[in-house]
Amino acid sequence: MGIKEKLHQLKLKYQGKKMAPAFNALHTFLYTPNETTHSGGHVRAADDLKRTMNTVIMALIPCLLFGIFNAGYQHYSAINGFPADFSVMEHFITWDNFWLGAITVLPLVIVSYGVGLIIEFIFAVIKGHEVEEGYLVTGMLVPLIVPIDTPLWMLAVAVAFGVIIGKEVFGGTGMNILNPALTIRAFLFFAYPTWMSGDKVWVHGAKEGLTKAGSTDAISGETILGYLAQGNTSDFTYSLSDMFFGFIPGSVGETSTFLILLGGLFLVFSKIASWRIMLSAVLGALAMGLIFNGIVEFGWIPEYSKFYGLMQFDFWKHLIVGGLAFGIVYMATDPVTGSQTNRGKWIYGFLIGFLSVMIRVFNPGYPEGVFLAILLMNVFAPTIDHYVIRGNVRRRMKRLKNATILPKISDGKAKELKVETV
Amino acid sequence: MALLSKKDANLILDPLADNNPITIQVLGICSALAITAELKASVVMAISVIFVLGIGNVVISLLRNVIPSKIRIIVQLIVVATLVIIVDQVLKAFAYELSKTLSVFVGLIITNCIIMGRFEAFALGNGPWKAFLDGIGNALGYGVILIIVGFFRELLGSGTLFGIPVLGDPIAKTGLYAIGYENNGFMIIPPAALIVVGIIIWVQRSRNKALIEEA
Repeated sequence: MGIKEKLHQLKLKYQGKKMAPAFNALHTFLYTPNETTHSGGHVRAADDLKRTMNTVIMALIPCLLFGIFNAGYQHYSAINGFPADFSVMEHFITWDNFWLGAITVLPLVIVSYGVGLIIEFIFAVIKGHEVEEGYLVTGMLVPLIVPIDTPLWMLAVAVAFGVIIGKEVFGGTGMNILNPALTIRAFLFFAYPTWMSGDKVWVHGAKEGLTKAGSTDAISGETILGYLAQGNTSDFTYSLSDMFFGFIPGSVGETSTFLILLGGLFLVFSKIASWRIMLSAVLGALAMGLIFNGIVEFGWIPEYSKFYGLMQFDFWKHLIVGGLAFGIVYMATDPVTGSQTNRGKWIYGFLIGFLSVMIRVFNPGYPEGVFLAILLMNVFAPTIDHYVIRGNVRRRMKRLKNATILPKISDGKAKELKVETV
Repeated sequence: MALLSKKDANLILDPLADNNPITIQVLGICSALAITAELKASVVMAISVIFVLGIGNVVISLLRNVIPSKIRIIVQLIVVATLVIIVDQVLKAFAYELSKTLSVFVGLIITNCIIMGRFEAFALGNGPWKAFLDGIGNALGYGVILIIVGFFRELLGSGTLFGIPVLGDPIAKTGLYAIGYENNGFMIIPPAALIVVGIIIWVQRSRNKALIEEA
């Protein structure tokens, strides 16, 4: 007798008991339940919620692996200096990097999943509904968007807050207004700002005052945006390809624009995420970047202004630094919290990109704004949809009014036509 | 021996729980968000509102038959403004530091919806003794929530209660701070009060299902 039958027998035994939802969750996670329809005229598709979530996780795995190697690479490079002739195989994909990354990143993943799933199970048992798969993606996103040295208890508190206040109080998966992963990130940012911003949190060990090899200088790992926000204009230690491929400091899994791009294409072609949101968000970010570049070009802002450094940053480079790409591909496209209508998706995405770059430049405390922009637009998404639908209704009403409708001969008198909406 | 008849007792007890001005009627939220970052400020605010609403309700109730209904709002404003100015002056004289923390929010008791609400809904139609009990009850209901919110926000946000450190010293790293605990900066900012009030409402409604409106 295989595991499947055993689980099925156990399931029958637990039916109607209080713990049934918790058990069923495990069962459906491992196997297709026996109760699925096998015959008859039903639409059957493989892409249920569980598969959708797993597809997104598959798209996130490269970012996670890259984050693990990058954690080690940034740590050792900060201590020993960046290698002069950088080669990926020699300096990046090494056991040392992997080992250090694994022992710092994997605990984040475990805490994120552990706390989140425990809360999901508790709520499912209390409310007597089935455990929803919504947390599978959130649990993977969270470790990728926090700084590497985030204390685990902080992460646990934030996950509990995000899952309960961000999702469960609204009724669980599919009912939440705000993206839970971003709620968790925002909570961490407002609750523990010293752990979430500055130049000491992006490289493992920097916060504890680790020093460079052979000197007493403390290591620091400023992000490119942080460096620009200080009013500096150029002379990065990082080249363009570093930025694009992600060999830069930043939150765990958001640095590699290249892998995010691949993940995004995978999600678009598997029809999980909306290409409209991604494309319009990129356009929005470019538009805002161009406006800022224009302001600098026309000399409307003096060089000593504290916004000068970020404003003169080439508009297209905004896409390859910071969390913008990650946010656009994996967070803005969340089907629950985003706009549902096609026209709405264009507006929603465009504003996310536009506001992200704006907040990034004008935020005095922390030169990044993607999570704030997406959370704000999450709140506005239903309003956007509402006006898109009303506009559609109005257009069709107008068309109906102008149309000449010939009465059917059989009716004698034409019935009064009603507009079918939505 | 019952000090109050059952009906009178309900005037005080109802607003404490099942008809709480903040969690059920959702009135007076602005001050609940603004001044609850410290427990001390919450307590003083609660006492001020008890004073203003208790006396104000009696005054309005005594005047209820002589106030022309067309100008009753103006009369109510004058009564509440007078009382608030008294509170404000007393605070400035005896607790200057605290009155600075509370800043405009003492003055804004005038616009607190709970006060005008009780004047309109209760004091204009009931005798002075009942109006007094109702005023005290509603102000207590308001104060209880303020103090609960203030307690959690100060404890989690600053690690103190009434300004006294209870979790250890965050700079010298003693007590809880020695094992890596840190104050939660989110609790200091007003949106946190909204969430704490929301959680209180949640707890209250899950204990008493009768409070849940039909969808």
